Amino acid sequence: MEQKTKVNAEEGKQEIIITREFDLPLELLFKAYEEPELFEQWMGTKVLKMENKKHGSYSFETSHDGKVVFRANGTIHEFVPNQKITRTFEMENMPFPVQLEYLEFEKLTDETSKLTMHILFKSVAFRNQLMQMPFAQGIHMAHNRLQEIVSKKNNEI
Amino acid sequence: MNLRRDVFQAIADPTRRAILLLVASQSMTAGAIASNFDTARPTVSKHLQILTECELLKQEQNGREIHYHINAKKMKEVADFVEPFRQMWDDRFNKLEAVMKKYQKK
Repeated sequence: MEQKTKVNAEEGKQEIIITREFDLPLELLFKAYEEPELFEQWMGTKVLKMENKKHGSYSFETSHDGKVVFRANGTIHEFVPNQKITRTFEMENMPFPVQLEYLEFEKLTDETSKLTMHILFKSVAFRNQLMQMPFAQGIHMAHNRLQEIVSKKNNEI
Repeated sequence: MNLRRDVFQAIADPTRRAILLLVASQSMTAGAIASNFDTARPTVSKHLQILTECELLKQEQNGREIHYHINAKKMKEVADFVEPFRQMWDDRFNKLEAVMKKYQKK
């Protein structure tokens, strides 16, 4: 089966291209990015600010067990409904430079649409580091689980 | 190509990731590894077999005992792969699709 989400990260380039075909009309796909309440639902985050206009800004934060664990923000440079969003993206409290994101929304049929996300990084090294984050997180989760197991074991003794 | 998928199936399992983490600091026997888990010993053996088959772990004969240690080269290779990143976005977009389908029905 062909994968719905594709990631193209060429060796030695400081960019990533993510494409995804959705089983949704173009307008609905765009709405998922435009409406804070909807964005919150699929990103599992809390929108603090979302000014969808040229030179507007946005920020959101993600909490776990009542503590803020992740916060990101950026500036919107282009906002053309049902066509494109150009914005910066910056993770707060992390030694990671701001990245530039080009989002393009396309209609495929009346019921399907496509999103192309073109992300540019400060360097190849930073790009590669970002791509490894989900893996690092997986290991981190495994580590937490391991600690749980170990402390459970210790309690049994 | 097949191997690549197997590696990701191997690290998709939380117990297997915990094993990798455990063995990362020092080589251990199967028994020592198993003693860290509530899971039955044969289950841990199965996990070790999978991790060895896809070369994330290496076996080393040490007298009568077999020690498992991590294959750092293979681990690095896996970390370089795009797949976990792709999967993260795929999960996110699947969620978007589900949220918007529900919204559409309203």
